[in-house]
Amino acid sequence: MAGKTLYDKLWDAHLVRENEDGSALIYIDRQILHEVTSPQAFEGLRLAGRKPWRIDANLATPDHNVPTTARAGGVDEIADPVSRIQVKTLDANCDDFGIVEFKMNDARQGIVHVVGPEQGMTLPGSTVVCGDSHTSTHGAFGALAHGIGTSEVEHVLATQCLIAKKMKNMLVRVDGELGPGVTAKDVVLHIIGVIGTAGGTGCAIEFGGSAIRSISMEGRMTICNMAIEAGARVGLVAVDDKTIEYFKDRPFSPKGEQWERAVEAWKELVSDEDAQFDHVVEICAEDIKPQVTWGTSPEMVVPVDATVPNPEREADPVKAEGIRRALQYMGLSADQKITDIRLDRVFIGSCTNSRIEDLRAAAEVVKGRKVAPTLKQALVVPGSGLVKAQAEQEGLDKIFIEAGLEWREPGCSMCLAMNPDKLGQGEHCASTSNRNFEGRQGFGGRTHLVSPAMAAAAAIAGHFVDVREMMNQ
Amino acid sequence: MRKFTQHTGIVAPLDRANVDTDMIIPKQFLKSIKRAGFGPNLFDELRYLDEGQPDQDCSGRPLNPDFVLNQPRYAGASVLLARKNFGCGSSREHAPWALDDYGFRAIIAPSFADIFYNNCFKNGLLPIVLSEAQVDQLFQEVEAAEGYQLTVDLERQVVVTPSGEAFAFEVDGFRKHCLLEGLDDIGLTLQHADAIKAYEARRRQEAPWLFDAIHN
Repeated sequence: MAGKTLYDKLWDAHLVRENEDGSALIYIDRQILHEVTSPQAFEGLRLAGRKPWRIDANLATPDHNVPTTARAGGVDEIADPVSRIQVKTLDANCDDFGIVEFKMNDARQGIVHVVGPEQGMTLPGSTVVCGDSHTSTHGAFGALAHGIGTSEVEHVLATQCLIAKKMKNMLVRVDGELGPGVTAKDVVLHIIGVIGTAGGTGCAIEFGGSAIRSISMEGRMTICNMAIEAGARVGLVAVDDKTIEYFKDRPFSPKGEQWERAVEAWKELVSDEDAQFDHVVEICAEDIKPQVTWGTSPEMVVPVDATVPNPEREADPVKAEGIRRALQYMGLSADQKITDIRLDRVFIGSCTNSRIEDLRAAAEVVKGRKVAPTLKQALVVPGSGLVKAQAEQEGLDKIFIEAGLEWREPGCSMCLAMNPDKLGQGEHCASTSNRNFEGRQGFGGRTHLVSPAMAAAAAIAGHFVDVREMMNQ
Repeated sequence: MRKFTQHTGIVAPLDRANVDTDMIIPKQFLKSIKRAGFGPNLFDELRYLDEGQPDQDCSGRPLNPDFVLNQPRYAGASVLLARKNFGCGSSREHAPWALDDYGFRAIIAPSFADIFYNNCFKNGLLPIVLSEAQVDQLFQEVEAAEGYQLTVDLERQVVVTPSGEAFAFEVDGFRKHCLLEGLDDIGLTLQHADAIKAYEARRRQEAPWLFDAIHN
């Protein structure tokens, strides 16, 4: 009998019961809640007179709506009344049900997918859900983690289980050595470019290979974060020494004798050598260059030294029409050089790229340089209050401010523009976030997804530039 | 949950691949703490020429005449026909809520994104996967005949065209059962409370660090 994949092991360990048609109840160890996708779930519990099954499996923090400017006035001073009500509703629901919440002005507040691992709430071998598709991020630690809808948020609150069906196993193996200036973000954008935005639909993708092993935990989070942009709800990386090291002394990590037991269990969280995958994709790390998206889907991505595609050269008529529509929305012309795209704003942040390593990479590029005068704004939004404090301790805030970037309070910010940070109509933005959909960062806004180093380089130049050229100067 | 058994309705053709949930319901409308009322903002950026705001009366807003739902021949449509990877992107259940609130009962496409597909079933909305060739054929038929209607029969798992041609589709047994009966998932799961408790007792022995950890 063939061995098990990491996903098989996680699934088996959480199976409560299975129906004849293959649908199953799986147990959920951790749920993270935020203000946007939870109010209707709490309301549903109340209407049915139900209580949460297990209070201690939940952690909440507001992130999508919160302003990233000064917050001394607290929630009452959130300018947008609709956002204010939503954040207040989360606070009230958590207070009512006794759920631990890092409120807006708590030093530990931040983006759910930054906060969970940072606190040791996410652990290897656990199941983690959240009403947010980027919950795939937590798979970087060998956790089975995926986004769910609000009805499921309510279902998990009420039953600690999820009705699920086993996904297929897909392995994306990246072997070789990444070149200088090529980061985890470039790896995942390249993968999406190869397999497409629906390439992983119905699958749990395990990212493996020597290049993935060499990437830090922060970088692995970036890669798993965007598994959903390849259509896969679940991204995974096997546990290794880096994973275990990451959880030492986190607030909710096991301690003492339990730590020793946990580490022993976590070491098993790898795919067996003879495990069978339904799909395998092999990628050579040396082929990956810094990436830039030019269109309105994450698969519309090319290396920085390339040109914008020409629909005339696309044989598939549906794809050609997609390219034409994207070019029109993005205000670009076929065959235009990527480095000729002029930018209006730069956004460094989001659950994809707002951790300390991301901020260090961006700071290294802008240090001693100035933001291009043609830029309207360059924002740096740390992923959590603790990331912000760490960055300030390292003096990164000063580097950014001196270079002309704005240093903000933590939250989702311009990734999806539910708070006041947004693009104007027709504006081009180099963004370290995860989605370049029409209107995502603001009505009529034009998003180009890049790594933190590439965003920083673009902020200095005012247009896209190969960060590797800047690194040599 | 509302039952879904059989439905006949006008078909609106949305000829686009990779329709994402930001497109279905833009983020500014996610600030609502309610489940209802998203219909007027379904496809807001495609449907209107201006930028929509939450709690705005949409009746006086300038419509995009080119958008399919604004064409009189598709008024009252309740079956949406779309291209592959429909519903990709965020997990927002506001997307099926908006489609439902507008009046759609079924969506036909060659493929759906996983989370969206799952969310539909929680709301009495039926996502139907047909082959690319079948979807192509339906696009041609819809465009050729004003007032074109399809009948969706969940019990028999078929989509029937006006000429009587029937396309079979797949659906999980459990999901089908819940939709046909209009069952509440949570109530069903709580029938297995003993199995959940037994799992927890065993798991506490194997991995005690996963319990009683999150507290102030």
